[in-house]
Amino acid sequence: MSFPLLTATAALPALGAVATAAVPAGKRNAAKSLALLVSLATLGLAVAVLVRFDPDGGRYQLTESHSWIKDFGVRYELGVDGIGVALLALTALLIPFIILAGWHDADPLETSSSRWRPTQGFFALILAVEAMVILSFEATDVFLFYIFFEAMLIPMYFLIGGFGDRAHPHQDEKTAAAQRSYAAVKFLLYNLVGGLIMLAAVIGLYTVAGSFSLTEIAEARADGSLDMATSTERWLFLGFFFAFAVKAPLWPLHTWLPNAMGESTAPVAVLITAVVDKVGTFAMLRFCLQLFPEASKWATPAILVLAVISIVYGALLAVGQRDIKRLVAYASISHFGFIILGIFAMTSQGQSGATLYMVNHGISTAALMLVAGFLISRRGSRLIADYGGVQKTAPLLAGTFLIGSLATLSLPGLAPFISEFLVLVGTFSRYPAIGIIATFGIVLAALYSLVLYQRTMTGPVKPELAKIPDLRVRELAVVVPLIALLVFLGVYPKPLTELVDPAVKHTMSDVQKKDPRPDVEASK
Amino acid sequence: MENLIALLIAAPLLGAAVLLCGGRALDRTGHLLGTLLSLASFAFGLVLFTDMLGKDAEERALHQHLFSWIPVEGFQADVAFQLDQLSMTFVLLISGVGTLIHIYSIGYMEHDERRRRFFGYLNLFLAAMLLLVLADNYLLLYVGWEGVGLASYLLIGFWQHKPSAATAAKKAFLVNRVGDMGLSIAIMLMFTTFGTFAFGPVLEATGDTGEGKLTAIALMLLLAACGKSAQVPLQSWLGDAMEGPTPVSALIHAATMVTAGVYLIVRSGAIFNAAPDAQLVVTIVGAVTLLFGAIVGCAKDDIKKALAGSTMSQIGYMVLAAGLGPIGYVFAIMHLVTHGFFKAGLFLGAGSVMHGMNDEVDMRRYGGLRKYMPVTFVTFGLGYLAIIGFPGLSGFFSKDKIIEAAFAKGGTEGWILGSVALLGAAITAFYMTRVMLMTFFGEERWRKQAAIASGAGEDYQEPHPHESPKSMTIPMIILAFGSVFAGGFFSIGDRFLHWLEPVTAHEHGHPPISAGAVTGATVAVLVLGVAAAWLMYGRRPVPAVAPRGSLLTRAARRDLLQDDFNHVVLVRGGEHLTRSLVYLDHSLVDGAVNGTAASVGGLSGRLRRLQNGYVRSYAVSMFGGAALIVAATLLMRAV
Amino acid sequence: MNPVNYLYLAALLFSIGATGVLIRRNAIVVFMCVELMLNACNLAFVAFSRLHGNLDGQIIAFFTMVVAAAEVVVGLAIIVSLFRSRHSASVDDASLMKL
Repeated sequence: MSFPLLTATAALPALGAVATAAVPAGKRNAAKSLALLVSLATLGLAVAVLVRFDPDGGRYQLTESHSWIKDFGVRYELGVDGIGVALLALTALLIPFIILAGWHDADPLETSSSRWRPTQGFFALILAVEAMVILSFEATDVFLFYIFFEAMLIPMYFLIGGFGDRAHPHQDEKTAAAQRSYAAVKFLLYNLVGGLIMLAAVIGLYTVAGSFSLTEIAEARADGSLDMATSTERWLFLGFFFAFAVKAPLWPLHTWLPNAMGESTAPVAVLITAVVDKVGTFAMLRFCLQLFPEASKWATPAILVLAVISIVYGALLAVGQRDIKRLVAYASISHFGFIILGIFAMTSQGQSGATLYMVNHGISTAALMLVAGFLISRRGSRLIADYGGVQKTAPLLAGTFLIGSLATLSLPGLAPFISEFLVLVGTFSRYPAIGIIATFGIVLAALYSLVLYQRTMTGPVKPELAKIPDLRVRELAVVVPLIALLVFLGVYPKPLTELVDPAVKHTMSDVQKKDPRPDVEASK
Repeated sequence: MENLIALLIAAPLLGAAVLLCGGRALDRTGHLLGTLLSLASFAFGLVLFTDMLGKDAEERALHQHLFSWIPVEGFQADVAFQLDQLSMTFVLLISGVGTLIHIYSIGYMEHDERRRRFFGYLNLFLAAMLLLVLADNYLLLYVGWEGVGLASYLLIGFWQHKPSAATAAKKAFLVNRVGDMGLSIAIMLMFTTFGTFAFGPVLEATGDTGEGKLTAIALMLLLAACGKSAQVPLQSWLGDAMEGPTPVSALIHAATMVTAGVYLIVRSGAIFNAAPDAQLVVTIVGAVTLLFGAIVGCAKDDIKKALAGSTMSQIGYMVLAAGLGPIGYVFAIMHLVTHGFFKAGLFLGAGSVMHGMNDEVDMRRYGGLRKYMPVTFVTFGLGYLAIIGFPGLSGFFSKDKIIEAAFAKGGTEGWILGSVALLGAAITAFYMTRVMLMTFFGEERWRKQAAIASGAGEDYQEPHPHESPKSMTIPMIILAFGSVFAGGFFSIGDRFLHWLEPVTAHEHGHPPISAGAVTGATVAVLVLGVAAAWLMYGRRPVPAVAPRGSLLTRAARRDLLQDDFNHVVLVRGGEHLTRSLVYLDHSLVDGAVNGTAASVGGLSGRLRRLQNGYVRSYAVSMFGGAALIVAATLLMRAV
Repeated sequence: MNPVNYLYLAALLFSIGATGVLIRRNAIVVFMCVELMLNACNLAFVAFSRLHGNLDGQIIAFFTMVVAAAEVVVGLAIIVSLFRSRHSASVDDASLMKL
């Protein structure tokens, strides 16, 4: 039996989480270094997965399968396709940066002795989330997926509720703590409701299909040996989709995200939007489309409309925000709209674009949000109005922030442009009207990104900002690789598209859809 | 040879990367490096040009396939270049004028502590602009298209500490994005119609599809062109863009970037030719803009904004010509090139004036400067003569051809377009003479007494007008040469026409009146415009405070109220929309969630009251329950 | 005598006991009323046994008596310790078991 590489990629951070939590209270720095090392080692394993994975090979590779709960046929079944590999790599890539960016976020405060900030716990929880997210990208057993999909809420809850700073210097600690716990509870309840409905659908699927194995059910569906009544399929689809739409999040189930991202520290906000939320959109591609192809097609018009509303609505709300982090959160809602649009446009370009979008959005939001976090830590305020003229005192910070903003508005030459354009083309070729409305999103994206940059970075220098330091070495080590990656994937995305393309072909054949042909060919 | 094409772009791109990522160590040499790389790009261009001249007209186009960019099932985008005569013209204009402006900036930006970054941005602009004209497909063109937008954004907002500059930069980018939306929709339409968006296949296949689709594509391309080339209705950003340093205004907002829209239309000629309705719209946009810009140019007291109005108007001419189809394409490009010379020269001259005048831009505080800045005066004067179309100079040849072509459109349209173009020529002569007179002739209104009399504060520093350093004057002299001779050189033996014809195709237009009559009319309106300006600004002293003026003047000062319209409808409307949406998101969407949570909480609060701790009440519920069960059992029996 | 009359008596005793449980506050009295209800049930069981002509009811009556005896022991112990700690045998004073 070969080395269980996929299990290792998840087991390593899981063990690392335990080890980090066990570091004695006095040795904070040891805990941080340990967590960073573990995350880097996980990245190494992820690279190994990338190398071992053959894009043109079978659909699921590096598979592992063990019996787990025999009575219900639950199996410990892992396997990755191109989409899963890409997202696994994204997760493993981002976690070291998140840890490095959050280096001091969980240090005990000097000013107030009342708040106990367990450093070890912070980093252990991040690693725990990583392990669970990776397992959800790998699981090919529906029940196994469900367990990790739900379990990751617990460490996230503590990360959101337990760590964070005041919104601005005049806010008192109590209000800040109350808002934080409100955000954490809201996050948990929203996602639990989604998960509960999904649990019902998972059980329903078992009673209909008699198995939890994704591959088995999908095969049985494809060769016609498993026949589902239309209404059953639709209900089950809705159950799954609801949970994923909450996690993604899709309008109108989005309101937990601005709270959660606004109240948590910047690295945790990145963890939410760049890593955890991707499980939702990933699961739409993997589970909704594969298990319920007919129902997916049935629901497509409604979902596309919701996705377009998300795009425009998220962007408009981002324009109206006064809080930097909430602005990025609403921008993310807009971007998730694009991802969902690409998935349900049911074209090769749309789905490749959506997968690329997940990766690129992860990197670009990380770049923007982490730099924003560095900025916020310098002034102690999240309010846009408290900033101005930063480019004069901290040109590197302003420059990297600008690049992050430009990536957010999908400037050609940076990675997000490619995915956004693919999604738009893919949507347009089947649903022109929806494609055109979504295109308005690019104007609005420019509006909120540049307004944010203008208000914080340009103009006369605010007196409180006259002496802030520019980016430090640790902070540069976080930002520079992310930006380099954005540029590289913007100029040469071929490795990524080649990884994703075969998997998309499989998905397209699952839903039995073919790309629309160009008019010129069709008329011949 | 074709491998040189990538180097054209690579040289300035390398410069941008080095200058922007390199640290302070490059502060002292950075500007030289940037200029050198720009010069290198121009040198590569010249090598390719001489090579191209050695070949037959039909075999001049070069192609270079660099790598496959976005390979996705059913979708192929390559990084590939195409260098034909049209691209070549642009390459030489961009890198040539670009290099001159690099040299000029060495002197102009000498005292700016961020000069290295300025040159980095300039190099970035060159790279993006060259990519725009060298791309062999629309998607790669789009990269260059937005790239120049970014460079323009960075350079307009170069003095970011000024809020007005930051706002102007944002505005330029946003308005351009509206145009970019048009371009991306056009590309999507091409993809669904032709299955590709490479120039070759798309432009060859225009015959295979219906006119409706082509009209849609053409109109979307026009929207893109309007954004980039500051045509009505997306023209509002250009005036504000003058917040940037003057070399930027010369290079980006006069000579090169703003003409990208004309390039796009001429490049997509095959699509427009097959969509006459769209062509008509193009000519209307061009005609409206040429008047709009000219009228705005008449009213502005800010020398750069007056020139910006003029740029808008001149590009209006080009767009008008491009809308005329094969009878106009060549002349559009020819006017574009000559305009590149004289308008860049004029802007550099304006920059030179500002350099000697403590960065004053108000022409009412100029006057009589010809004595103090002879070189600037002569070069600016030659540019002035060229733009108003003084016979024998560049502008005369190119503009005259456009007016002729407009008449040749035929029918009522031809008469209307031709008259508009003639009227525009008259107004051009008027406002340019006004600029000339207010700046270089008349009283010295910049003297302290005069300035204070006109409302300047007591702390007004009287400038000491002086000629600019050599690094600034030499580019101006070279451009002045171009302004004088380029038009004649191009027109003798129809050289330019034969050069471009293989790419754009050309039809000879037949104006309803003779060519000589058109030329005569052009010269007549020119004299009229100059005379009117002289009567108003030359014969009597220029008031130091702008008079209230007529309704039209006041409207023109405010860009014909377009900004006010934008402000009221888009900015205010948008603010209200976002604010109400933020409120709705909080109260309605989030309110529903919080409401559900609150009602669940309230219900459980009620239920909690049943648990009061008294044994009796528990006993009552037990007995009640037992009684209910008994009753239910009996009832079941009975039924 | 008609055995049904015993059933009527059992119902009456049960109702008296139930009313007592509901309205009295003294724990001892409540306790005695509970005993009354238990014995009413016993009476009913025995009467049913007689009515149906088998011994099932009488057997269950014995079980009930055993359980009641055990209950008396535990219950009285609780009441006594309650009285010791609170100097009161009122059931309303022991109302802490609530949300």
